[in-house]
Amino acid sequence: MVMQEERTMEPQTTPGPATRGIVVQKLNAWYGPLQALRDVSLTILPNRVTSVIGPSGCGKSTFIRCLNRMHEVVPGARVQGKVLLDGEDIYAPGVDPVRVRRRVGMVFQRPNPFPTMSVFDNVAAGLRLNGLRRPGQMSDAVERALQQAALWDEVKDKLKQSGSALSGGQQQRLCIARALAVQPEVLLMDEPCSALDPVATSRIEDLVRALKERYTIVIVTHNMQQAARVSDMTAFLLMGDDRAGELIEYGQTRQMFTNPRDERTEAYITGRFG
Amino acid sequence: MTTDMQVYLRRRTTSYLMVGLCGLATLVAVSILLLVVGYTLVKGIAFLNLDFVTQTAQPLGEPGGGIRHEIIGTLVLVALASVLGIPVGLLAGAYLSEFGGGRTGLVVRLVADVLTGVPSVVVGIFVYVLVVQPMGTFSALSGGVALAIIMLPVVARTTEEMMRLVPATYREAALALGIPRWRMIVSVVMPGAMVGIVTGSMLGIARIAGETAPLIFTALGNRFGFAGLGQPIAAMPLQIWRYAVSAYDTWHQQAWAASFLLVMLVLVISITVRWLTSRRYH
Ligand SMILES: Nc1ncnc2c1ncn2[C@@H]1O[C@H](COP(=O)(O)OP(=O)(O)OP(=O)(O)O)[C@@H](O)[C@H]1O
Ligand SMILES: [Mg+2]
Repeated sequence: MVMQEERTMEPQTTPGPATRGIVVQKLNAWYGPLQALRDVSLTILPNRVTSVIGPSGCGKSTFIRCLNRMHEVVPGARVQGKVLLDGEDIYAPGVDPVRVRRRVGMVFQRPNPFPTMSVFDNVAAGLRLNGLRRPGQMSDAVERALQQAALWDEVKDKLKQSGSALSGGQQQRLCIARALAVQPEVLLMDEPCSALDPVATSRIEDLVRALKERYTIVIVTHNMQQAARVSDMTAFLLMGDDRAGELIEYGQTRQMFTNPRDERTEAYITGRFG
Repeated sequence: MTTDMQVYLRRRTTSYLMVGLCGLATLVAVSILLLVVGYTLVKGIAFLNLDFVTQTAQPLGEPGGGIRHEIIGTLVLVALASVLGIPVGLLAGAYLSEFGGGRTGLVVRLVADVLTGVPSVVVGIFVYVLVVQPMGTFSALSGGVALAIIMLPVVARTTEEMMRLVPATYREAALALGIPRWRMIVSVVMPGAMVGIVTGSMLGIARIAGETAPLIFTALGNRFGFAGLGQPIAAMPLQIWRYAVSAYDTWHQQAWAASFLLVMLVLVISITVRWLTSRRYH
């Protein structure tokens, strides 16, 4: 609420034909008095994987949480700027954050399946509120999501077990299935592999590459190799003097990892600071 | 090497000591409970038989006699109080946990805490003025209202505490799926806090099952059995109190026996509810 009042109320500019993807314009974010992001502007391409890299605390999580209006869930948090999702500003007055979040799904750093729900119910959780009630349709949708998340074969006999009875890597894929089940357009992933072993990590990376056929993916990672392996575009964030995160460089992953334009990017990628 | 050994030995001793102290404290707590139950059992053993549960009170001097009306009365009163008190307490607790960050929350929390400390006899008088006088009669309903008021803050505060303990990660997972906030509360936070919420309700029931003072002004007691919610109703604590302050030894024994049954009743209710609510995924 606060946030909408404090936004600069320019006349509603709707750019002509809806451009797919996400256009971020002069995005600023605060936690109470602390500014965590300053003037971030970039365009996230549809059906591409965009990785967000940068040292700890530079605002990577904050940035992607601004893309589905999860930032404002934190008490005292505030956003300024525009985020155009397919041409429509998700921060425009009157936009319901609940609808935004249905279009922009999210996977968190730590696997967090609902502990009181079964594997099946975890995946079905998001669908139930879309009014999907017919049991047959529901089980089809759940199976499809689990297939997409490359988890179906491992859990098809354990659908009634608790979601927290799976291994860490399986839990994370369950969370991906849960996010995919509601058929979002964009999938945000905040260090989805940081709690996983190399085998589970490479499964998730395969998954990310496969999913970009149908989804726009933004992935935060601390792992340079991972960014290089899975992403088409890379955004590099760094803290400014007042600790607010700023976008240093944004471009094609290959170009950025071989021939970065900014010397700070080069220093970070080659591990000379951070 | 030696210092490592010393450190290790010291840590081990401390650990044993602390575990021992915890065990001792548990032993004290449990033995007090067993003492109370055992004492009432021994004192009331003469009357602890099936007749005591199924028969009604006999005039002094007649053999036998039981507390059927009182058991039914207490069950009715506890049920009534639960039906009135638990839903309100639950919703109030949910409000405090999910929306109670501001000034209103602070005030409601304070009121609940003060209400917990109000002597139950005062609640009885309050309900006497509020319900008994307008209705023109003592009644089961007024007794239920009084007990509900007593259990309300207990349920509300435990519900609040337990819902707060549900980690933010699960809340965020729900919100990020595009689940509206109210639905997140109902289908993620409340189930996550279920065990705690049940404990809170059980604490509330345990608290009111033995209340006597507020019933004197509301339920009153009834020698002729249950006659509807609009009529006076019998209750175990009332009868225990009346028997206990009498001058007759058989009545004293019946008071002990009834006390034992009351403790058992609370135990049975609480075990049943726990069993019913803990069967999923545990
Ligand atoms: N809930 C919060 N309340 C207050 N400040 C916060 C909160 N979350 C993050 N911050 C601050 O905002 C800044 C950016 O945090 P953010 O979590 O976005 O960093 P990050 O780049 O994701 O770091 P990491 O790589 O360690 O996850 C940090 O200075 C952090 O201390
Ligand atoms: Mg982070």
